[in-house]
Amino acid sequence: MTHEINAILAIALRDFTKLLRDRPRLVISFIFPILFIGALGGSLQAGFGEAVGYNMITFIFTGVLAQNLFQSTASGVISLIEDRENDFSQEIFVSPISRYSIIFGKILGETLVSLVLGVGIIAFGFIIGIPITASLLITMIPAGIIACLFGGAFGVIVLANLGSQRTANQVFPLIMFPQFILAGVFSPIKELPMFLDVLSRISPMRYAVDLMRGVYYAGAPEYDLVVLSPVLYNLAVIAVMFIVFLFIGTTIFVRNERNR
Amino acid sequence: MVPIIEVKNLIKSYNKSQANAVDGISFTVGQGEFFALLGPNGAGKTTAISILTTTLSKTSGEVLISGLDLDRDATKIRRNLGIIFQNPSVDDNLTAEENVRFHAILYGLYPFRPTYGLMPQEYKNKIHDLAQLLSIDKELFNPIKSFSGGMKRKLEIIRSLMHDPTIIFLDEPTSGLDPISRANLWSYLRDVRENQHTTVFLTTHYLEEAEEADRLCIINAGKIVALGTPLEIKGKLLNTQVVLSSPNISDLTHELTQKKVEFTLEHDEVVLHPDKDNVAPLIQSLTTKLTKLDIHNPSLDDAYLQIIGSQVKNEGV
Repeated sequence: MTHEINAILAIALRDFTKLLRDRPRLVISFIFPILFIGALGGSLQAGFGEAVGYNMITFIFTGVLAQNLFQSTASGVISLIEDRENDFSQEIFVSPISRYSIIFGKILGETLVSLVLGVGIIAFGFIIGIPITASLLITMIPAGIIACLFGGAFGVIVLANLGSQRTANQVFPLIMFPQFILAGVFSPIKELPMFLDVLSRISPMRYAVDLMRGVYYAGAPEYDLVVLSPVLYNLAVIAVMFIVFLFIGTTIFVRNERNR
Repeated sequence: MVPIIEVKNLIKSYNKSQANAVDGISFTVGQGEFFALLGPNGAGKTTAISILTTTLSKTSGEVLISGLDLDRDATKIRRNLGIIFQNPSVDDNLTAEENVRFHAILYGLYPFRPTYGLMPQEYKNKIHDLAQLLSIDKELFNPIKSFSGGMKRKLEIIRSLMHDPTIIFLDEPTSGLDPISRANLWSYLRDVRENQHTTVFLTTHYLEEAEEADRLCIINAGKIVALGTPLEIKGKLLNTQVVLSSPNISDLTHELTQKKVEFTLEHDEVVLHPDKDNVAPLIQSLTTKLTKLDIHNPSLDDAYLQIIGSQVKNEGV
């Protein structure tokens, strides 16, 4: 067991080290959240802020924070494909550790990477005046970690069904961008036509975003206007999806690795 | 010799291929043996080694490593294997030392430590000894991105030996290495074999490396075409070549014809392929005056070319 934990930490540290050495990636990863929160949030607040009855910049800030944590971890886990194409995965897969430890290590490493991004987004939130108290921050941290881990598990199930980095580059935006809308990252989704509501409910990102908002708006007057489901409900759905994604994804991935 | 690798009727068929990449091969490798797998490109060498090292599933057959079944006990088997892959499998984003440390922790040799400074002295000594041996000690803390192909190979060798494996699989390990590093590697592997009784399983294109093996297995199109010691393979497949020349070549050919010895004429020289044991009696019995006598004993290259050449001819390629 100790050996497996050591291996998970080593795999996680590798991903974290890679991020710290990749400065362009660090800078680029902050550009979109800043654009979405500052530019999109600012313009929506000016246009619809009064009509919806809550601050659209804060609404988008909480959505973008959860979306980035979820997406960044998912995208990082998919980099196992890159390892496979560089033949580095051979070194990992011939080592005497559980296949689950490899995937856990990858998710943990990418979670650390995403949390660096999360710290940057929160710092930007402070700068533009998003109200975040110390006690609020303490409750947002576990919600952020859960969003990362959940995104990691989602990354595993996507990874398991992709053959190459090229396919991943083509498919990943297709399964991520619709979720921006369906999860209500930028716009309220309290009232949706039935078919969109069904699609929204099967979008994993919805639960990460709603969990973050549930935590952020807890006790606030806007809670009922913004939050879709109670925190416990979101946590339960995330837990079930996490286990299913991780178990099925890892099984398929490992089988595909050996059954060529 | 106690068998450490037992392969019985191993078959591998890739999903999108009609022919079997490995087609019913069987062999055993003894503990401490140096076993070489030879064959042309596409013969099935890398497929076979990938199955034996647990990175690829087999279609059918049985493989036991140290008495453990490959399908049921893959994790236990992996603990005792050292592998140098055909394609570099180092992480370009890390330094050389970080790559080795990553491997050492994955193999459970040392507990996780985030930096080199926190690693135990034993680890530091071992990595420096190995790095010195392959002359990359000065580059140990440099990023791999700056390494040449040969240096990456050296690093992989260091890494594969860190956990003192009982079997080392080397898939064309010396391609890209300079002659001195290649000689150092083989000298080190000889020491490892002698001191730790480590089994070496090699695939190579360098026949002079295979010539040092205890036993050779030549495969082509997924099937074994020769298996034995280098001497046995050379002896079984090839006769000695004798080249004779005489001032009166027609007398010589007449005498050979009378003695019912098969020969060919090449540029006014007579070329014979007698059995090894018949060379001396035949030469002694000749009465025609000779001006040239050249006896050529077959090399492994000759044997390899003859075996693979005849296979290609039979397949009508």
